[in-house]
Amino acid sequence: MNFSEVFKLSSLLCKFSPDGKYLASCVQYRLVVRDVNTLQILQLYTCLDQIQHIEWSADSLFILCAMYKRGLVQVWSLEQPEWHCKIDEGSAGLVASCWSPDGRHILNTTEFHLRITVWSLCTKSISYIKYPKACLQGITFTRNGRYMALAERRDCKDYVSIFVCSDWQLLRHFDTDTQDLTGIEWAPNGCVLAVWDTCLEYKILLYSLDGRLLSAYSAYEWSLGIKSVAWSPSSQFLAVGSYDGKVRILNHVTWKMITEFGHPATINNPKTVVYKEAQKSPQLGLGCLSFPPPGAGAGPLPSSESKYEIASVPVSLQTLKPVTDRANPKIGIGMLAFSPDSYFLATRNGDFAVLSLCWHLSGDSMALLSKDHVCLCFLETEAAVSTACRQLGGRT
Amino acid sequence: MGDWMTVTDRGLSSESKTISQYTSEIKMSPSSLYSQQVLCSSIPLSKNVHSFFSAFCTEDNIEQSVSYLDQELTTFGFPSLYEESKGKETKRELNIVAVLNCMNELLVLQRKNLLAQENVETQNLKLGSDMDHLQSCYSKLKEQLETSRREMIGLQERDRQLQCKNRNLHQLLKNEKDEVQKLQNIIASRATQYNHDMKRKEREYNKLKERLHQLVMNKKDKKIAMDILNYVGRADGKRGSWRTGKTEARNEDEMYKILLNDYEYRQKQILMENAELKKVLQQMKKEMISLLSPQKKKPRERVDDSTGTVISDVEEDAGELSRESMWDLSCETVREQLTNSIRKQWRILKSHVEKLDNQVSKVHLEGFNDEDVISRQDHEQETEKLELEIQQCKEMIKTQQQLLQQQLATACDDDTTSLLRDCYLLEEKERLKEEWSLFKEQKKNFERERRSFTEAAIRLGLERKAFEEERASWLKQQFLNMTTFDHQNSENVKLFSAFSGSSDWDNLTVHSRQPQKKPHSVSNGSPVCMSKLTKSLPASPSTSDFCQTRSCISEHSSINVLNITPEEIKPNQVGGECTNQKWSVASRPGSQEGCYSGCSLTYTNSHVEKDDLP
Repeated sequence: MNFSEVFKLSSLLCKFSPDGKYLASCVQYRLVVRDVNTLQILQLYTCLDQIQHIEWSADSLFILCAMYKRGLVQVWSLEQPEWHCKIDEGSAGLVASCWSPDGRHILNTTEFHLRITVWSLCTKSISYIKYPKACLQGITFTRNGRYMALAERRDCKDYVSIFVCSDWQLLRHFDTDTQDLTGIEWAPNGCVLAVWDTCLEYKILLYSLDGRLLSAYSAYEWSLGIKSVAWSPSSQFLAVGSYDGKVRILNHVTWKMITEFGHPATINNPKTVVYKEAQKSPQLGLGCLSFPPPGAGAGPLPSSESKYEIASVPVSLQTLKPVTDRANPKIGIGMLAFSPDSYFLATRNGDFAVLSLCWHLSGDSMALLSKDHVCLCFLETEAAVSTACRQLGGRT
Repeated sequence: MGDWMTVTDRGLSSESKTISQYTSEIKMSPSSLYSQQVLCSSIPLSKNVHSFFSAFCTEDNIEQSVSYLDQELTTFGFPSLYEESKGKETKRELNIVAVLNCMNELLVLQRKNLLAQENVETQNLKLGSDMDHLQSCYSKLKEQLETSRREMIGLQERDRQLQCKNRNLHQLLKNEKDEVQKLQNIIASRATQYNHDMKRKEREYNKLKERLHQLVMNKKDKKIAMDILNYVGRADGKRGSWRTGKTEARNEDEMYKILLNDYEYRQKQILMENAELKKVLQQMKKEMISLLSPQKKKPRERVDDSTGTVISDVEEDAGELSRESMWDLSCETVREQLTNSIRKQWRILKSHVEKLDNQVSKVHLEGFNDEDVISRQDHEQETEKLELEIQQCKEMIKTQQQLLQQQLATACDDDTTSLLRDCYLLEEKERLKEEWSLFKEQKKNFERERRSFTEAAIRLGLERKAFEEERASWLKQQFLNMTTFDHQNSENVKLFSAFSGSSDWDNLTVHSRQPQKKPHSVSNGSPVCMSKLTKSLPASPSTSDFCQTRSCISEHSSINVLNITPEEIKPNQVGGECTNQKWSVASRPGSQEGCYSGCSLTYTNSHVEKDDLP
């Protein structure tokens, strides 16, 4: 595995363009655009303040740079480097900023989630959306880019509004039966919207595109509930990971649970393959990886090279018991990722230090990222991990 | 006998201590003395027998002792010892008979008593042992009873303790449940409380937000603006449109269209899946039926309800199959029928398999009672028999092969074998040889004939030539004769020209004639000539001869045409058939006789025309 030279980066802002040709990275207040193949710098833009967020437009023509402290958003064009656009929210402040799917509108969330301002680059017009909900995932776009669902809260009740992205017409507006909505997500086929409640209550609701409630699912009461939700790419399954360390899969026909996967502390099943990182030097922390189906992430091991060996069952996984008197405990399924062919589901349970899981589009490999390490896993066609190699990358 | 000797205090001298002992003991009534003495040892001590016997009666007191004995015996009921006294004053005489009788009686009595004593003693012993045994049993049982009582008490105690524990646990469980319920209630109440508080805070927060919003909006901050160099075109390149009712309706339509498409797609998938599953089910059903139906034909199969149902089911299901395939819809009844029939078949199959299992287990356990099952031994015997048969057959085949080999690969040095080698084919060979000889003969004949024919043909040709020459000369003569009177020169010239060009004229006429079957002019004389010619020829229809005759005729006809009107050719007597084939054959210039080839070539057309000959 070859690595390129190390480039400077600030705030972990580094994004590939959607068409895969360019790589944008930020260094302080500068935006650097490189060519993916040669890594030569193609463009260099200077913003007015330290950039906190960058995002490519869907057609890879524009990049938006958001500076929350100053309430500014600057948009740069790749085609015409001299083109500039600056959006100033002024005293309203800026908390979040994102593109619309057509790449011509910018949605800015003002401070305290007072409103969402929709700026149009085509017409220089402004639209306001009031009462957006301050939650983790309040805005979601359908994959075909036609509709946007927005979580709102008025008078202590949660609502969902569905907008048509082409002309920002409000298509549907309905209330949800949730206590405190935490997230919404469209299914990949764009016909079903999953809405889930706060972790104090295990409830996930499924709404059709036209606002009808299709189904509600709740696995248990009283304990901490849903932590993460993921749709399968074929829209057939909805994986719900909860604080009790289990993933429950719902099917799209009846919206009932078809199976649940547990994450026991001791793995006894002889069919499970457990990959354990072999210690080269006596260091703290030992990670292990197991397939299939749910996998726990590898822990960090500050040695330059290490290899994985298959551990024999039974294997007991090291887990740290989290303190129970604090909010947002580090237990439960924090991360879910379906493989592109919907065959596999990768999950992270507990406080394993995996920061991100992502699958390759072909579906035979997966990358795990921790704070200091990256681990690539390859799948053989018979669903066995053939090799797993790890390398230490510098802090990038 | 001396044991019952009562020694009264008559002053008998106690010479032995034993006697004195006895005397000391015997200061009682005689009956009791008697019984006592019975209890004591019955056998007197041998030492003191004599003294015993002599202690009672001595020579001095005979009378007294007799009278005493008499008294005693009479009191016991024995007859008196004395004789019948005659008078009162005379001394009574001892009745010896009575004495002896008394003695005997006494002996008998003594024996009886001894026996009785023995019996009583044995009985006594027995009873004593029984008593001991019973006592020991009794003591054992008492012990047992004690121990069991103790055990029972212990168990009761334990039972009590366990029941106590059970009750405690139940109590604890109830407590826990109550606590859980309580906690849940607490949680619920706290949740409502929190919600209420949250709502309150949120309302406050909203109010603040509203206020802030107002302030922000009111401020009319010039800074809230977008500074853009130039407008960017829309992503799809079209112009923006106003938002009207129509666009709204269009959006709604699009949304519904998307939803409907999705539903249709999913329904299609589900229908496909359904169809596949139905197919699988039907296939399964068919296979199950086929699995079960061959069982009916086996004669060993016990005819009971199951087979009866199988038959009926098969018929039913066959009908159902046809119905289902006809309909092939997803209506309720068809679905139900399918599932019901599959369930039925499955049940039958299951029962059948269970039966088979039972049979197998029965065979293992009970042996060969079951008729339907071939016992393993029989099976093995059969297989052994079959193997033997196979071996025998193989051996037979081997021997036969060997014999055959012998037959075929016989040794070469034997004359008879060499002669015999072709014995089977000898007859055929002979026949073949005969035929060959025949054939050869025939060939020779044919050769001869051919030669003769060719000779004849040659002769004929020569004769013809000669004849032609003769004719020519004759004709010349005639012409000369004819034309010498009138126009000598011109006719000569004509004739000459006609003649010289006779072949040419022939050719001309030949060519001018149409190649069709037309009656040709032949002189009357020609048939005669023909017949002559033909008679000279053999009757075999050789093609070359044909050519010859034809050429003759044509020449004839060509010459005669000058002065003779066309007439029909009579059919000549030349044998053979005249067919196109022959003509075509004739047209081939491959005839063996070279001198005729030219004729045949030039007169092919004429030949063609003259094929009305038979």
